[in-house]
Amino acid sequence: MPKKIVKDSFETKLKRLEEISSLLESETTGLEESIALFEEGMQLSNICMKTLKEAELKITTLKNNLTELNFAEDSEE
Amino acid sequence: MTKQITEAISVSELTKQIKFVLENEFEQVNVIGELSNFKAHYSGHWYFNLKDADSVISCTMWKGMNSYVFFTPQDGMKVIVKGRLTLYPPRGSYQIEVRSMKPAGVGELQEAFEKLKKKLSDEGLFDDEHKRLIPFMPQKVGVVTAIDGAALRDIVSIAKRRFPIMELLIAPAKVQGSGSADSIVDAISLLNSKKKIDVIIVARGGGSIEDLWSFNEERVARAIYNSKIPVVTGVGHEVDFTIADYVSDLRAPTPSAAIEIITPDSGELLEVINENSSRMYKMINSKVRDYKDIVVSTITSYGFRSPRNLVRNKFQTLDTLIYKILQSTDVKFLIMRNRLSLIGSQIGVHDVQKTLKKGFVLVKQDDKFISRANEFVEEKPAQLKFYDNEVTVRKK
Repeated sequence: MPKKIVKDSFETKLKRLEEISSLLESETTGLEESIALFEEGMQLSNICMKTLKEAELKITTLKNNLTELNFAEDSEE
Repeated sequence: MTKQITEAISVSELTKQIKFVLENEFEQVNVIGELSNFKAHYSGHWYFNLKDADSVISCTMWKGMNSYVFFTPQDGMKVIVKGRLTLYPPRGSYQIEVRSMKPAGVGELQEAFEKLKKKLSDEGLFDDEHKRLIPFMPQKVGVVTAIDGAALRDIVSIAKRRFPIMELLIAPAKVQGSGSADSIVDAISLLNSKKKIDVIIVARGGGSIEDLWSFNEERVARAIYNSKIPVVTGVGHEVDFTIADYVSDLRAPTPSAAIEIITPDSGELLEVINENSSRMYKMINSKVRDYKDIVVSTITSYGFRSPRNLVRNKFQTLDTLIYKILQSTDVKFLIMRNRLSLIGSQIGVHDVQKTLKKGFVLVKQDDKFISRANEFVEEKPAQLKFYDNEVTVRKK
């Protein structure tokens, strides 16, 4: 499970978090399942918060034949 | 200047003389006229006519010169050209070698704008059905803009603030002047060749209609329309509407607005995450509590207590039985006792019979056995019990 979480996009993680929230609110979810969901939810929550807080904007400037680039940001793809 | 021609001269000589006169006389011309037969050759040179109601003059504009023209000339546009007259001997034709060209007035540009707008609209390039949805949380955003422009600086700073998780891919382009339309087209094409770009922003800061003109060019419009990646335009100020804005999948009033519209705010996202966290805590706590209640009430329910009750009941039954047994034992005992006394008395009786058999007699009076003489009343009758029978005696 942890591996899968890391690979999913941020948006996917967030959607899963909201999904877990709804599932926990549902009366049809059993106790064991609820506990498992809760654990997953807290994990996701922590990862998402960490991602947001530690994120640094990545900028890449593409080279094309019209301009010369000595722009300070990262190199071309 | 006239010359007296006495001898016949060659065509070339004549032409040479005409050329000399013409080119010297018309070394600098400033002409207003309507464009017609405009052709941009593959070589990059332009060939066209300038005309008015009564006359027409051919024109050429070499590649080096025409690259400074900020708009794409169209037939019917009124323009002002500056240049010089030249004569081309092989054809005996003269033309204006145009050095600069500009629209005859802003009205000309307006007209060109309206013409193109109608043309593309009729073709369906502005249709809503063609417009694509912008992804909610784009991970990779391409930006077509000037590398040294304020638009890019604004976009970068807002992206950093709002949604630093994302990645910006910048495709630098010339955003005004000649060659800018092609530059923008190339940049869009470059981004389309990259993988996984979620959306493209085409951005340029504010400026005059001439400055923004490349965003009104047909080939820019088509490049945006044909882009496989959705395009958001943020060109000029709030009031500026370019053809590119009509074609794009989403128009933003400014470059800053463009990046804001397509990104969620990290602060809000953090709030959502926190909210979900506390919701989950609440839910799991209340669920556990609910289950606990169920367990407790089950344990204390009648069903669970009844084994104890059953045992108690059994005890009671037992007690009752024991009591009954005891009762019946008492009865039995009484019966036994009675029988015993009966037997005893029988035994007693049997003893008497033995005595009687010996010859003794029992005397009864008034149904009472008399065992003493002084109890005997002579006057009364008496029964004598012999062994074999009873005899009654009376006093005579």
